[in-house]
Amino acid sequence: MYGRGIFKGLVVTFKHLINTYVDDFRYGWRKYSKDADNFEVRQGPKARGAFTVQYPDEKVAVPERFRFVPFLVVEDDDHPERPGHDWCTSCGICAKVCPPQCIWIVRSEDPVTKRPVPEPEAFFIDIDICMNCGYCAEFCPFDAIKMDHDYELASYDRTTAHIHDKERLSKPFSYWKSIAPTTAYEEMQARGGWEHSDVIKAKKKQAEQDAKKATATPTPVAEATATPTETTTDAPKEALSAEERKAKREAALARKRAKEESGGE
Amino acid sequence: MAELNLNDLHDTEFPLPEGLQGNFAITSLSKIYNWSRRNSMWPLLFGLACCAIEMIGTAASRFDFSRFGMEVMRGSPRQSDLMIVSGTVTKKMIVPIVRLYNQMPEPKYVLAMGACASGGGPFKEGYNVVSGVDKYLPVDVYIPGCPPTPQALLNGLIALQLKIDGQSLANKDDVPWYGVGPSEPTPIPILGPDIIDPRQMDLIRRQTELAAKGLPYGVRELPPFQLKRSAPKKALASATTGDTGGGGGVERDAAALEIIKRKRMEALARKKAREAVTA
Amino acid sequence: MTNEVAIEQTQNDVQTLDQAIDYLIKKYPNIVSKDTREGYGGVIVDRNHLIDVATTLRDELGYNYLSSATAVDYMGIAEPDSDMEMVYHAYRLSGGSALVFKTQAPRDNPVIPSLVSVFPATDFQEREAYDLYGIQFEGHPNLKRILLWEGFYGHPMRKDWKEAYYEEEHKPFSSRWPGGYVHRAEERNPYGKNVKYPADFDLSRLTDISEESLYAGLGLGVDVQSLGGEMRTDRLVVNMGPHHPSTHGVFRMVITLNGETIETLEPVMGYLHRNHEKIGERNTYLQNIPFTDRLDYLSSMGNNLGYVLGVEQLMALGSRYIPVPYRAEVIRVLMAELTRIVNHLWSIGFLLNDLGAFFTPMLYANNEREKILDFFEAVAGSRLMCNYMRFGGVFKDLPERIKSVANLVNDRVRDFNTMEYLTDIITERLPRFLDEYEYYLSENEIIKSRCIGVGVLPPDMAIAYGAVGPLLRGSGIPYDVRRAEPYSIYPELDFDIPTGENGDIYDRYLVRMREMRESLRILRQILPRLEATKGQEVWAGGKQGAYSPRIPVGEAYGRVENPKGELGYYIVSAGDPKGTQNPWRYHIRAPSFTNLTCLGPMSKGHKVADVVTVLGSIDIVLGETDR
Repeated sequence: MYGRGIFKGLVVTFKHLINTYVDDFRYGWRKYSKDADNFEVRQGPKARGAFTVQYPDEKVAVPERFRFVPFLVVEDDDHPERPGHDWCTSCGICAKVCPPQCIWIVRSEDPVTKRPVPEPEAFFIDIDICMNCGYCAEFCPFDAIKMDHDYELASYDRTTAHIHDKERLSKPFSYWKSIAPTTAYEEMQARGGWEHSDVIKAKKKQAEQDAKKATATPTPVAEATATPTETTTDAPKEALSAEERKAKREAALARKRAKEESGGE
Repeated sequence: MAELNLNDLHDTEFPLPEGLQGNFAITSLSKIYNWSRRNSMWPLLFGLACCAIEMIGTAASRFDFSRFGMEVMRGSPRQSDLMIVSGTVTKKMIVPIVRLYNQMPEPKYVLAMGACASGGGPFKEGYNVVSGVDKYLPVDVYIPGCPPTPQALLNGLIALQLKIDGQSLANKDDVPWYGVGPSEPTPIPILGPDIIDPRQMDLIRRQTELAAKGLPYGVRELPPFQLKRSAPKKALASATTGDTGGGGGVERDAAALEIIKRKRMEALARKKAREAVTA
Repeated sequence: MTNEVAIEQTQNDVQTLDQAIDYLIKKYPNIVSKDTREGYGGVIVDRNHLIDVATTLRDELGYNYLSSATAVDYMGIAEPDSDMEMVYHAYRLSGGSALVFKTQAPRDNPVIPSLVSVFPATDFQEREAYDLYGIQFEGHPNLKRILLWEGFYGHPMRKDWKEAYYEEEHKPFSSRWPGGYVHRAEERNPYGKNVKYPADFDLSRLTDISEESLYAGLGLGVDVQSLGGEMRTDRLVVNMGPHHPSTHGVFRMVITLNGETIETLEPVMGYLHRNHEKIGERNTYLQNIPFTDRLDYLSSMGNNLGYVLGVEQLMALGSRYIPVPYRAEVIRVLMAELTRIVNHLWSIGFLLNDLGAFFTPMLYANNEREKILDFFEAVAGSRLMCNYMRFGGVFKDLPERIKSVANLVNDRVRDFNTMEYLTDIITERLPRFLDEYEYYLSENEIIKSRCIGVGVLPPDMAIAYGAVGPLLRGSGIPYDVRRAEPYSIYPELDFDIPTGENGDIYDRYLVRMREMRESLRILRQILPRLEATKGQEVWAGGKQGAYSPRIPVGEAYGRVENPKGELGYYIVSAGDPKGTQNPWRYHIRAPSFTNLTCLGPMSKGHKVADVVTVLGSIDIVLGETDR
């Protein structure tokens, strides 16, 4: 019969309309309430009716791995030892790995010795170029650059607002812990503590030396660092002695400098 | 007020109290104008690249920008008020875009969606990419992101509505279209050996003269870089999106920013003091 | 229309690829020789006999399906008399790997005979090589620029051509670190824009010929004529696009109409030419992955997969290659198939849009799509630009829970178990939706009357034009890379390849519908595998890959069956005997681009209103067409 297909189509559209009210009936007034939370159901795989997000009044919170423009992690302001300290050591890996090359880092130098200081003097991200790929966060060895979840960045003027400088980029570590608790926890486990990895290393070294002084016998190798808890930061890891390590580091730095100098000219 | 001439209102001879001159009728008129304009903003049905997919996603039922009176996407520029430049603008495409823009009736707005439309994006270095549509057209709102999520686009659209709210019929620098007669059309770029902006003809001529003389051409040296350490940009940058429909991000609050800043300064001072002690 | 397809015309004694190569060398001594460069395969053909050899390949050896044709500029690496190379990949429809044949010419004056007469599939690809490399193809019927405009200065993919914002040959640029004083690239340009003009540029002789060349030979203007009887119709040239609601982006067609009937149709593209390949050759291998997202921006996971497969082929040439772990392969297939559903939902929705069912079917399809995008967002971090695959694995394992954290004002959170969410979607929601959608659309009279018998692509033509994906299968040829040259874990999965019978729009629609069902079938087999491999490693060697891997020297062609058809990446690693960090050549063989070759022949004789549906049924995406 001619027209059957069209009729069937009308039935389907009508069903979609009805489904919305069925959903309303199922969840009652709660659908529009701010307190009762059925948002998860409505925006989940089980919902059947209309599912519009009423944007400024309700927003879909983004998942943890969500990536928008990057930000820099700095130590919290109430951190006992290094408040407001950058996690970034200006090693430059993010700038090297960035596909559209939108990261600019000025490495600080010690004014006297002219040696690089592990802290960026300036840090810029041109968010007009940034492609939100997340490589900087993925490859940062210090967990110092992370992808932000704040997507509400619309502006009226890009010349002033779209090159984010260090001040604009810096956000406290507690912010990162709050927007991505699971990822932050995983990273903490990989680092071996909530502190910056350099701090952990320094503490470890300190503990090692203390242990040496105290007992003069090498402490047994504790569990591998793969499963440390928050308190295992003082778990000594048998490695090179402090002097050896220092010498190695010096040599590496010298090599690096030589390479840069030859590459720069 | 049958024959209301808006320009008359600026006339100082008009008997109005001192403080209300130039404002009295216009403020209420502007309000009505802006209210109706911002709530019937018809975008041009016009997608360029990846961002267009998110734009359609925004138009679809989940985010649904018809809630802001924008559901009527028009295929013809003659019927639309808003051009959402959604994606990478190439040199080949900027010619039709400028033409479309010229065909749009005033008042008209341009929204640069995504990094590419704002400033070239990841493809900026490409030989066929225009580094930002604002090189050719006036842009009202920029939305960063690659691509901006539908919610980010909605945020930008709300920002545009706020901008419209702030416009006044009285201020002709702010809104060129309330002046006398239509405004000048944007000159359409020419596809020569590379794209040519007719506004830059003189510049190009000078550069080719340089080249003919065998002098270096086509490069410009940058002045030495100065690190700006003075004014914090943070407050400035976030202020632009300040109170977009029910408040922006957590960090937006100026007072909160102040507190954070003070805390940081105190902490730094503590740190310095400690360092001084250890040294 | 002929339905006889010469799929198997191979000589009995020539079965394998090696035998085919031996046969060629024996038949054409001194003309065909093996490519003996390290890491390379296939044969090199003397360019004066290219057409003969190609004809033999097609007619005698059964390699009648030409997939990719591209140029490589070996400036400074190869001898000056052979440093411009054309590379062709030909396949048999019965499956198996490619017979790669190459031909070389001096880059000062590259002239190569055109293969359009043998393989019409090379039409656009040769024009692209002419546009970007300046190779002259003798005998090409319409050798014009295709991606750039007529009158553009130079051929930009040549190694010595530098763009206006040129900074360094390869990334990472040294100006970014350690002395990264920020500037915008336009600040360095005297015009403040991304432009540069030749030194001998003379403004007084400036002419814009970009438009004229398009209409050349079409006879601009109205031409009233009689059509036999009493009917008098106008012959006129109509321009559709680049701003047209039904062109799925910035695509343009120049159509000659006789009344309302289409006489000729010429696709004009390049309005989204974003220079993927030039940028890709400046990038490191890793940096290209997020750029591949932006090719076919509806199926970014599939694009990622093709590229990493290509690079992994190259890595496998090295000695320290570790294969991809099983869990990562399972996740890759999961993502690729979900992507297929996402893409087909979108393309069917928009096909219906083009037919006049304005937005309702598209909105229904989009609702389902959003559910999958939510999953992508939770796993990969972005709805569209997933950037998820890596060399030797995937970015991260699936999260335990799809969970969000409130950050902004009014944020509403959700929290699902990932596996439950996936199972819900795959076993309940999507099948239910597909049933409903098919009930809704498949028997609709309007759809049937506008789709059946329109835009017919006969199978022999489909093969000749190198059609891929649902377009090829809609014409009745069961060719699918997942079966023809299986990759990842597809050999162990059970699925069918749906084909059409008549090769019209309706068949392509049905093929897409059935492909979604097949994808669901694959996904149902993936779910237990995901459960079984839970907790296993997703990175080769158990650790995250390096950010600057050195890739061994050689060439590779990684291809996958993307939703839109065969997507291939031709990657050359050269220039350094120890392996390179930047690809020497990075070419994308895009399904949307080659499928457009069929658009003209398919629309001929139809009404102008049918063009949009024919175009919709090809399912192009401009990011990939223009690259």
